[in-house]
Amino acid sequence: MSAQGQPMPPAGQTVAAGYMQNPVRLLVEQASFAYAAAGREAPEFTLGPVTFSARQRELVAVLGPNASGKSTLLRLLSGEVKALSGRVELDGTPPSQLSLRERAQRVALVHQESSLLFPMYVWEYVMQGRYPYGHRLRFEGQADCLLAENALAQVGAKLLIDRRMDRLSGGERQRVILARALAQQPLLLLLDEPTRHLDIGGKVELMRRLRELSEQSRYTVIVVTHELNLAAEFFDLIVLMQRGKCVAAGKPADVYRRELLEQVFETPLEVDRAPSGRPRVILRGGADTAEIADEAAGASSDPAPKN
Amino acid sequence: MRPLTPRRIALICGGLGAILFAVVVVSLRVGAYPISVQDIAMTLFRGAIHHWDSIPPDYSNVIFEIRLPRIALGILVGAALSVSGGSFQALLRNPLADPYVLGVSSGAALGAIISLAWFPHQVWTMQALAFLGALTTIASVYFLGRRGGQLDSTTLLLAGIITASFLSAVIMFLMTTISGRELRGMAFWLMGDLSNPPEIGLRYLYPILLIAIGAIYTTSSDLNLILTGEEEARHLGVNVARVKLVVYVGASLLTGLAVSVSGAIGYVGLVVPHVIRMIFGSDHRLLIPASALGGAIAVALADTLARTIVAPTELPVGAMTAIIGAPVFIYLLKRRLA
Repeated sequence: MSAQGQPMPPAGQTVAAGYMQNPVRLLVEQASFAYAAAGREAPEFTLGPVTFSARQRELVAVLGPNASGKSTLLRLLSGEVKALSGRVELDGTPPSQLSLRERAQRVALVHQESSLLFPMYVWEYVMQGRYPYGHRLRFEGQADCLLAENALAQVGAKLLIDRRMDRLSGGERQRVILARALAQQPLLLLLDEPTRHLDIGGKVELMRRLRELSEQSRYTVIVVTHELNLAAEFFDLIVLMQRGKCVAAGKPADVYRRELLEQVFETPLEVDRAPSGRPRVILRGGADTAEIADEAAGASSDPAPKN
Repeated sequence: MRPLTPRRIALICGGLGAILFAVVVVSLRVGAYPISVQDIAMTLFRGAIHHWDSIPPDYSNVIFEIRLPRIALGILVGAALSVSGGSFQALLRNPLADPYVLGVSSGAALGAIISLAWFPHQVWTMQALAFLGALTTIASVYFLGRRGGQLDSTTLLLAGIITASFLSAVIMFLMTTISGRELRGMAFWLMGDLSNPPEIGLRYLYPILLIAIGAIYTTSSDLNLILTGEEEARHLGVNVARVKLVVYVGASLLTGLAVSVSGAIGYVGLVVPHVIRMIFGSDHRLLIPASALGGAIAVALADTLARTIVAPTELPVGAMTAIIGAPVFIYLLKRRLA
C-alpha cells in the first residue's frame, strides 16, 4: 500500500491552482477496517470504505448515529490501526507507519475526559503534550514551559495554570485537555465528542475556538460530534456515517438533505436555512406526532434496531 | 508552574538521606545493649578507616555483627518494596496496589520455600525462585483482574486478595507437611521478619536492588503519562508494552529480592509511595528515588520499634508495618469510593 502511495502526487495538486499553496493534508481514500471488538464472541465490526480529504485550516465534522463507526474512523485517522484496504495519508505518509513518537508529533487525539489517578496540576498535565519531543527522562526546559503556557493561553485558560486538575469544572477541564493536545504542536487535531459535557454556551465557545485555532495554527481539525446544527454552522466538511459506512461526505449544504438525514438518524427532520446561509436541522412535528415518526421509520430502507 | 529539575530531586533525596542516617544512628543506639551516640560515632569512624583493633570488642560485635547488618537488610527490603509498590500503582492504575495486597509477596514467598525445601544450600536459587514466584503471581493477578478486556480496579484488588489468601494456604500446607527441615518459621514467611540474617551476603543483593530500581527509573517519564490512561499515553508516543515489560519484571525482581531475605512484609509498598506523593507530588522521576529512601526509612524505623517496643521479646517487623499500614489502606479505600 505504501509502495504505491509514495510516487503518486498528493491529490490536491491535480485540483485548481489556487489550492497549490494549501495541498491536501489528510487523504482518506476508500479506506476500510474490520475488527472483532473485545473478546472472541463479539461480532465483527466493519468500517468503510470511507473517502474524503481535508486541507490545512479545514474543520471536518464526523456525524452519525451511535455505533455508526465514528470512533473507529478516528482510530484509523490517528494511525492507531492500519487500514485494511485503501489509503489513509497524512502529508503523504500513512500515520500507522510512523513511530509512536513521530505520530504523536503530528496527530493529537483529544478524548472526552481524562481519568486521573492521582492529583496533578494543570501545568503538569499540559506539559505531557511535550513528551513526544523529549528524550527519555529529559527534564522540561524553558521552551517547553513557554509552549505549555501558550497552549493554555490559546484555549483561554492561562489563569488555570497553577490549579489542580481534579478541582476544575467540566468546561475548564475540557479546555485544559485541549491545551495538552495543542502543546503537541500537531498537524492533525482529532476530537472525540468534545461537546459531550458542555452546555450550549460552552459548545459554541469550543466551536469558535476550534475555528480560530485552525486559522491561526493551520491545524486540520476532525471532530466526532452529535451536534448537527453546530456542525453545519462551523465546519467546512461533513462526513456522514451510518452502520460503518460513509453515506455522504462534502460541504454542509450538500450533505444536509432532508431524506438523507431522516434515513440516517431515523427521525423525522426538516432542513431549512439558518440566517448565516448554512443549513439548519429542526425536528419535524413534536411529541404529539407519533404517526410521522412511524412513517419515517417505515420509509427508511432497513429498519434495524437502534442501540 | 514549577517544573521538576534534577536539582530539586537531589535536594529532596539528600534530605531523605539525612533522615535515613538519623534513623540508622537511633537504631544502632537502642536495644538490649545501649551504646551512646558518641561511642557509635567513634566505632563507625574507626571501622571506616579500618582501625578495627582500637574498637572495644563488645561494640564491634553489637554494631558490626548484629545491628548494622539488620539495619542494612531493612533498608534493602524497604527500598525494594516501596519502589515495587509505587510502580504497581502506576501501571495497574490502582492506588491500592501493593506487592503484599496483590499476593505478589506470597508468590515470592512460595517460590523461596520451594527452593529451601527442594534445593537447599544453593546460591541464588532462592532469589531466582522468589522472582519467578512474584512474576507468575503478578501475571495471573493481571489476567484475573481483567473484565471485558479492561483492567477493572475492584476485580483486580479482589483477584489479588484471593490469590494472596490461596498462596498463604499453600505455604501453610507446605510448611506443615515438610517440616523438620530448616524452613524458618511460618511467621517469617507470612508476616516478614528481619531477625534472621540471610545466608547470601548483602553485598551481592544491593547491586540487584540498584539495577532493578535503575531499570524502573528509566521508564519514569512514561509512567507519568500512563497515570492519565494507557491509551492516552500511547497517543502521546509512549511505548506502553515496553514500559509494562520493564516495570513488571523490575518490580517482580524487587519483590522477589525483598521476600527471599525477609519474608512477606506488608503495606510498605502501599503506604510509602502515597506519603511521598502527598508531600512531593506524583512525578515518577522524583517519586521513585524518594520512595526508595522513604521505604528504607520506614522499614528501618518499624524494625527498630519491633525489636524494642516489647523488649526483651521481639515482634516480627511485618506486624508493625501491618498495624500502621492496614488502617491507611482502609482510609485510602474509603476516600476512593467516596
